[in-house]
Order: sequence, then C-alpha cells, then structure tokens
Amino acid sequence: MTPDIIYAFTGIGLIGMGLYRLAVSTQALWQIVAVNVISVGVGSILIASAYRGSGTAADPVPQAFVLTGIVVLVATTAAALCLVRRIDELADTDDI
Amino acid sequence: MTSEFLGLDPKTVLLMGPLLAGTLCLLVPRISALVGLLGTITSVGGAVGLLAAVANDGPITTQLAGWTPPLGIALYADGLSVFMIAMTALIGAAVGLFSVGAWGMFATANDTATRLSGRTYFWPLWMMLLAGLNALYLTTDIFNLFVTLEIIGLTAVALTALAGSRTSLHAALRYLIMGLVGSLLILLGVDYLYSAFGRVDMSGLHVGEAPVPATIALLIVLAGLAIKAAVFPLHFWMPDAHSSATAPASAILSALVVKAALYMAMRLWLILAPDTQALPVLFGMMGAGAILFGSFQAFRTRRLKMLVAYSTVAQVGLITLVFATTGTIDAETAWRGAVYLMLAHAIAKAAMFLAAGRLIDELGHDRIAGLRRLPNSAKPAAFAFGIAAVSLIGLPPSAGFVGKWLLLEGMITGQIWVLVAVVMLSTVLSTAYMMRVVGRFLRREATPTDQSDASGYWRLGDGVAIGLALGALFLGLGSAQPLALIEIGMPMPAAALTETAVPELTDGADS
Repeated sequence: MTPDIIYAFTGIGLIGMGLYRLAVSTQALWQIVAVNVISVGVGSILIASAYRGSGTAADPVPQAFVLTGIVVLVATTAAALCLVRRIDELADTDDI
Repeated sequence: MTSEFLGLDPKTVLLMGPLLAGTLCLLVPRISALVGLLGTITSVGGAVGLLAAVANDGPITTQLAGWTPPLGIALYADGLSVFMIAMTALIGAAVGLFSVGAWGMFATANDTATRLSGRTYFWPLWMMLLAGLNALYLTTDIFNLFVTLEIIGLTAVALTALAGSRTSLHAALRYLIMGLVGSLLILLGVDYLYSAFGRVDMSGLHVGEAPVPATIALLIVLAGLAIKAAVFPLHFWMPDAHSSATAPASAILSALVVKAALYMAMRLWLILAPDTQALPVLFGMMGAGAILFGSFQAFRTRRLKMLVAYSTVAQVGLITLVFATTGTIDAETAWRGAVYLMLAHAIAKAAMFLAAGRLIDELGHDRIAGLRRLPNSAKPAAFAFGIAAVSLIGLPPSAGFVGKWLLLEGMITGQIWVLVAVVMLSTVLSTAYMMRVVGRFLRREATPTDQSDASGYWRLGDGVAIGLALGALFLGLGSAQPLALIEIGMPMPAAALTETAVPELTDGADS
C-alpha cells in the first residue's frame, strides 16, 4: 500500500462521514463542522493526487489547489459563523 | 490589441471596473450608490466594447502578462461569453436603477434604517459579484472557474442575508453551506481533470484522451455546478434564498447567479461530453423532474415570491433538458435555443422579481390570495409582472418563445419525442401557475374605490420592471443578431463530433 492510496481512502472516508453528518444534522454548527470535515477529505485526496512515487518531488499544482481551497474554506467558515451569531442574536431579541 | 474602450481593453474594464468600484464603495460608504452606479455604467461600456470587438474580429484571447497556457492564464471572449457578459451588464444596469429607486442615492432627511443599510451594503456586494461574473465568463482556466464561482457564491450569500430577517439569514446560511459543498465537489473534479490531462486550461482538455477519468471528473464538477445552478433534485436550498432576499438581490440571484453555473456546465459539457447514452437520459430525467416538481410547488405555494422562485426551478430544468439532446443530429439548434432561453429567463425573471418587490411595497404583503385588491399605485408593477409572465410562459413574440421554439426544433429533428412532450408540458404548467397571479390581476372587481387620488403615481422601480418585461417581450422579434452572436467561436456539438472538437483558443491572440 503506497502512501497516496492511504491518503485517498482516508479522504473518501472523511467525505462520507461529513456528508452523512451534513444530511442528518439540523444544527447549523454541526453542519459547518461537517462541511469542514468534507473539505479536509477533499484536501487529502488532492494531496494524494500530487504523489508521484517516493524519491520524486510531489506535483506542486494540486498542492496549490489545496492551499486555495483552505483559504476559501477559512473565509467561508468565518462568514457562516457570523451568520449563525446573527441568527442567535435575533432569536435572543425575539425572546425578550 | 484589437479594440479599445477609452484607451483600455474592454476585458480590463469588465474585470477591474467593478472590483475598484466595489472597494471604493466600502471605503466611502456615503457615496456607495453613486460609485456603484458608475461601476455599473462602466461595466455596460466594457460589455459594449467587447461586443463590438468580438462581432467584428471574432474570438479574442488575452494572455495575462504575456504567459501562454498551460503556464499562464488566458482570458478568452467568444460569442457565448460576450452574450452572457452583455446580459449581465443589461440586467445589472436595470437592477441598479431599481435599487436607486428603492433605497435612494444619498442620505436624506427621512431615511429609514432599511434604506440606509440597503444603500450602503448592496452596492459593494453587487460590484464584487459583477466582477466575479465577468471573470467567470472570460476565464478559460478550470481552476479560475472554482475561484470565480467562490467570489460569486460568497457575495450571493451576503446579498441573500442583506434583507436581515431571520428567514433570510437562515436561507443564506443554508445557501452558504450547500454552495460550499458544491465548491468542494468542483475543486475535487478540477483536480481529477488536472490528473487526467495534466493541465487546467480548457484548450488542453480533449474528448479523445483519458475518457474514463475525464468523465468521472466531469461528473463530479457537474454535480457541484448542479448544486450552484439549483438543478433538481439539488435545488432545495434555492426557493427560500431567492424568495426571502430583497427585490434587487432576488432579481440578481435568480437572473444572473444561477445562469453563471449553468453557463459553466454547458461550456465544460460541450468540450468534454463523453460518448454515452446514459448521461443524456439522466439529464433529461433531472430536467423533467425539475419542471414537474417546480411547477407543482409554484402551483401550491401561497406566497408570490415563492411562486416566482419555484418557477426558476422549473425554468432551469427546461434549460437542463438541452443536455439530453447531446448526440442527436440537430443538437446545435437545441443548444442555441437553450442559450437564448437563458437570456429570456434572465430578463423576464429579473422583471418579475422587481415587479414582485414593488407589489409587496405597495400591498404590504405577498399573499397570492390577496392580490385581487390592488391599490392604483401597485398597477404598473402588476402590468410588468403580467408582461414578464408572457415571456416566461413562452408566448410569441417573446424571447422565451424563440428560445423554446429553437429547443423544440432541435428535439423534433432529433426525434426525441419524450423531451418534446416534456417541453410542451412545461408550457402548459407554467401557464397554469402564472395564471394564478395574472388571473387575479385581470379580475374586474380588483379596483378598490377608496384610493382614486394621487397614490397612483409611478415609481422608478415600476419603470425599470416594465422596461425589462417589455424587453423580454420584444426580444423575440430582434433575435437574429443575438443568435448570430452566440455562434462566433462557439464549440457547438455538431462541430464537436468532428475532428476539431476543441475551440481554437489562440485565434486573434494579442501580442
């Protein structure tokens, strides 16, 4: 078993777990965490696809994809958390 | 350099204009509306410049910083991308005017919080979104496709949340999460495409080599795009988001944002479509499902904006049907029809959401059952809604009619009778649900007598909605030029069956 296969299957497993959790949760926070897990899975597969055998340097292009993906994920997660907070604030004022 | 707009390349204007305007809107929020309107006008100018250039000289490629693909990134404008850019600029200008009408230009004495927040935050978001849309239509690089879709997705979510109500925030959050799942799928698919072909520029993607990995990669990307384009059964996030946003935001989301993902799916499919029978059948089923489900929900809902949003589900399904014509002899006509339907739907749906916004302003509610009693001030909006419905249903001489006609012609020549029946059915269903609204407008007893005074004056928003609706109505008459335009450099499926499957991206290269 080469390292890239391990990474790829880990990635697929993470995507599956994330999708399952996303489908069954109704809590926004759970869903955000689930999407983060999915994205880690996608990232693992991307890193695995960069593997070109031991002794050879990995392909830098998929690694650049992963970096961009991480940046997008951080920004999107921040936006999602802001939305959750705002919804919470509105819920609080509704209670009063 | 083939053409210039005030000494600038129109592509630069299209990308940098909205980006600069958006940044400036954030820096100087007091004149946000003015700067945004200028950005919109600049974008219209850039679109006209690019339109003239492509119509005269054919497709234009610009290599950024002089680097050629696969190392560098090229911007490519052919007839189809210019068609989409011009559509975006036109609807953008109309929605811009509408939002000036709704939220004002500058601070006034009787400013409300809604007007202030609308004016301050709509413009920067819309400008960034516009930059993302223009960049998407010009990109030839599939990784940039991911990046531009991300710009579009984030700003579209923020536009949804702009309404500030709990419903809209919930819808925005769901939109954001589903959009992110779509983006991740696209990222994964882009990486597979890169693994299959070793490059990320579209000119390097071929149908012939590496068919199986490329098809898997294409399907992953298409699944991601289907979430973003709200293709049935992945549409579930969309009706809430589109119906709970403010009127200008709804118009932009439904008319433009959904089309961006559809456009990309079309482009990639035309380049990479595998030679199988199963996939067209799958797309046909998705399209038919969207038409049935969307129409059914539109028929059932009690809310006006929800009806308009579910109508988008059905219309997107109608456009998706074109993927099912792949491989038949006259698929080219069907594709032209589908592209024209995108324009028809964009204009008519923008008009309809703006008209619905004005109706809600005047009535104070959006219950369909309450539409019988219209004050005089709501009548122009009701008129606009009715005209837009004519184009959405596809009655002559509207743009919707021309698009549907071409789509049907392609399907009839290709002898796909099931799809012909589905298109016919979609017309009947859309007439049925639109008549729920239009029929109430046409009742005689609709006129209450207590408001016969000066309340019947027109607002700017009414004029914009009516202008767009009339545009959609009469665009069917002048359809020759737009249809000729989309053929410039377009990789039509008829050509894709022959040797020259890949669009020649090096034509008319600068420098």
